[in-house]
Amino acid sequence: MQSRSWLMRPFGERSTLIFLAVLLAAMALVTLMHLAVPPGHSLHVSAYTVNLFGKYLSYALLAVAVDLVWGYLGILSLGHGAFFAMGGYAMGMYLMRQIGDRGVYGHPVLPDFMVFLNWDSLPWYWHGFDMAGFAFLMVLLAPGALALIFGFLAFRSRVTGVYLSIITQALTFALMLAFFRNEMGFGGNNGLTDFREILGFNLRSSETRLGLFLASGVALAVGYLLCRAIVTSKLGRVCVATRDAEARTRFLGYRVERFQLFVFVVSAMLAGLAGALYVPQVGIINPSEFSPLFSIEIVLWVALGGRATLYGAVIGAILVNYAKTVFTGVMPDAWLFALGGLFVLVTVFLPRGVAGLLSLRLRRRRDADASFSAKEASA
Amino acid sequence: MSILRSLASRDRVFDFLVPVESPVDVRHGPILYLEDVTVSFDGFKAINDLNLTIDDGELRCIIGPNGAGKTTMMDIITGKTRPDSGKVWFGSRHDLLAMNEPQIASLGIGRKFQKPTVFEALTVFENLELAMAADKRILPTLTARMNGEIRDRIDEVLKTIGLAELRVRQAGILSHGQKQWLEIGMLLMQRPRLLLVDEPVAGMTEQEMERTAELLTGLAGKQSVVVVEHDMGFVRSIARKVTVLHQGSVLAEGSMDQVSSDPRVVEVYLGAEAEEEV
Repeated sequence: MQSRSWLMRPFGERSTLIFLAVLLAAMALVTLMHLAVPPGHSLHVSAYTVNLFGKYLSYALLAVAVDLVWGYLGILSLGHGAFFAMGGYAMGMYLMRQIGDRGVYGHPVLPDFMVFLNWDSLPWYWHGFDMAGFAFLMVLLAPGALALIFGFLAFRSRVTGVYLSIITQALTFALMLAFFRNEMGFGGNNGLTDFREILGFNLRSSETRLGLFLASGVALAVGYLLCRAIVTSKLGRVCVATRDAEARTRFLGYRVERFQLFVFVVSAMLAGLAGALYVPQVGIINPSEFSPLFSIEIVLWVALGGRATLYGAVIGAILVNYAKTVFTGVMPDAWLFALGGLFVLVTVFLPRGVAGLLSLRLRRRRDADASFSAKEASA
Repeated sequence: MSILRSLASRDRVFDFLVPVESPVDVRHGPILYLEDVTVSFDGFKAINDLNLTIDDGELRCIIGPNGAGKTTMMDIITGKTRPDSGKVWFGSRHDLLAMNEPQIASLGIGRKFQKPTVFEALTVFENLELAMAADKRILPTLTARMNGEIRDRIDEVLKTIGLAELRVRQAGILSHGQKQWLEIGMLLMQRPRLLLVDEPVAGMTEQEMERTAELLTGLAGKQSVVVVEHDMGFVRSIARKVTVLHQGSVLAEGSMDQVSSDPRVVEVYLGAEAEEEV
């Protein structure tokens, strides 16, 4: 049952294989309907829609990251938007440097907003972001480092439950206020925008958009597999044990705060990666991604989809964001009521989220398998 | 760090070169030895000149009315409470008063608290797996694999605690008694030398009590077991030797028949119970 190496273990799970198959099929279908079906045909998927789906996939990866800490570790982070935004800013800084001297002011090095602010040189933390490799590394390291410092302090002092949620909320709020300031050097309330190219590909071309959509899909698959590998390992079981009886886990000899920190940092890095994929697809990153409201919304996606399943988070993120796109198009004022209503309905009728419906069947089958193998073992 | 420090000191052999000695020395008989232990909380003497010796492999029951100091005694042995005076030795080598709780636990003293706490979302098998003595740092835990040796060990404990049939069921669905057995199993996974069990049969049905009695008597011999219990019938069914605590010290010690016929014991404990029953 557990003899495989931890990274290969998810491939032995039925739910993971189904998830991967559905994801890959969806990616292939969208690609096909975009490329092979002529525009104007009712089955044609426009570049705009491909872009939209790409955005959903990056949100889905963010939701998976939140579900990892909330579902399996019991840490309700109301500040994961901060890690998402930091990854986004790291990507945004790279994209800004790619503009080069084609900005409005035509400065060879400085981004437009710095010229506008009369700065004469690049702040130290902007160096290196002209190199893609460095920038992509920072996409993971910047949120990871923030999570490491924050988590180290929080878990060491054994802050848990509601208090931890409030502190994460405060963290993202403080960062939002900081990033709003022009002297921070991240473009103030306008943020970073007017991107042109990524790795030499024009961001406005439909091919690049398709590429970003596929990259988001691959990132989601990899992130999902990584999280699955973590939760099906012994470390994952220690996480669940910590979630349900922290003192008891500590009593068994596990340094609980280190496990929490490890998983929290992994989750923050995945959130950063999601942010980095999101930014080139929407073409802008500004401090509103740090807003506490956004972080709470992510938690809603996970709750709607079903906590502690990972695929539930993906379903929730895509479902809610699709509904949001539709609703805000049809009647923008009603969206928040619809979201609230949806949340109430799901909590009352589907306490385990949309995934609860799906897993009911899977679980029945697994229980049948399990009791069979138990009989086999005792025989 | 400690390796570096030991490299720097020149007055003795490097720490990591000193062979690790077998942890507990029981050549002289007793595995646990308490002498003249006294603890007071705000002037109240919870433990008063307590002397107690547990032999290796023995099953000992400790009884006594409320406030006799049973739980405080357990706290002292596990390092949770420091006595004001006295000696507490584990085997003839380890002075427990010089150690902290995790050190004492890693020496092989397992304590089962009154209220069962198991990981309800995990299966019975997984509960035992987490409890097993293993490298508990992050990366070894992440990459840990199940092998035949580990599975055999878990199966052995599952058989001992009688939950082999329920191995793949979630611990949350177990009955109260089954949770107690599972928790004892979790202690056994750490291969303890001495088990301290606090009121194991509180809230159990007759049938569950019988099975618990079988379980505990089965454990004795391989481990030393100290059971604190209120239920006289249960104590009678398992105990070879009973210690009666009263006001923080030993009032009587011997077989159940001996102590129950001791007039002082009858007066302070059994008598009180008899009156309650009347």
